[in-house]
Amino acid sequence: MTAAAPFERALDLVVRVRGVRGAMLVSPADGLVVAEHLMEGIKGPAVAALAGSLANRLGRAMEASGIGRSVFWHLQGTDGALLVVPAPSGILVVAVTDPDVNVGLVRLELLGAAGVVG
Amino acid sequence: MSTRAVETWTLDPLKGFVNEVSARLVLLMTPAGQVIAQHGFSRAMDVMSAAALGAAIMASTAEIAKQLNQPPFGALTHQGERHGIFLGAVGTNRGSIVVLVVYDLDASSAGLVQLFFEQLATELQAASPKDSIPKQVLAADFERELSESLNTLFGR
Repeated sequence: MTAAAPFERALDLVVRVRGVRGAMLVSPADGLVVAEHLMEGIKGPAVAALAGSLANRLGRAMEASGIGRSVFWHLQGTDGALLVVPAPSGILVVAVTDPDVNVGLVRLELLGAAGVVG
Repeated sequence: MSTRAVETWTLDPLKGFVNEVSARLVLLMTPAGQVIAQHGFSRAMDVMSAAALGAAIMASTAEIAKQLNQPPFGALTHQGERHGIFLGAVGTNRGSIVVLVVYDLDASSAGLVQLFFEQLATELQAASPKDSIPKQVLAADFERELSESLNTLFGR
């Protein structure tokens, strides 16, 4: 088993949810892809850059406002949604979904994946 | 922050790139280190030093790739505590252009820079004049060319 195998399994559980177009692990410090499981047509580097950039800005804003660290974010667009759970290590577990996906179910799988990633 | 170019066709793509990635410093240069455009530098000495160092790094990595029987590396990223450095090459109708980017980690990231670098490469390729060959700088003209370039880059 390779070191990446647990990551791949964690992402696999997320993409099995109906309406999920892809899942990826993103390094928040540099906005680069660590691991990915994406449908064709999804621009992994662009999603990773967006998620990394948002995580940094959001983290600073939340710290400044005294809310604490983020545990889940949901960015809804007209053609899809971005759901993100930061793992304890800081790695972002990201799902790219259809606009009408079951957000609660995806969130559960993302939290599970974040636990595996550590 | 000022953005200036010796080769004016590079100006719009460069300005767009700077806005998208919130870059602190950007330098476009030939692989020999001749500066084509710059953003954010305030002193001629800094720009010439950065160009020389950037060109030297590109030449070194190209030589390493050659010794490994590989094509030249696409890009190089170095991330520090507060700033990151990105160095990559772009093919244009006027030959290869080396791009050096310095960004603040508070405002940007390696992922963003890499993402918009691809867009910059496409725009520079499209904007580069097809019907002219790059002007060669001869040793005899070097000082005058350098002086003219610096005047343009710093609005003197």
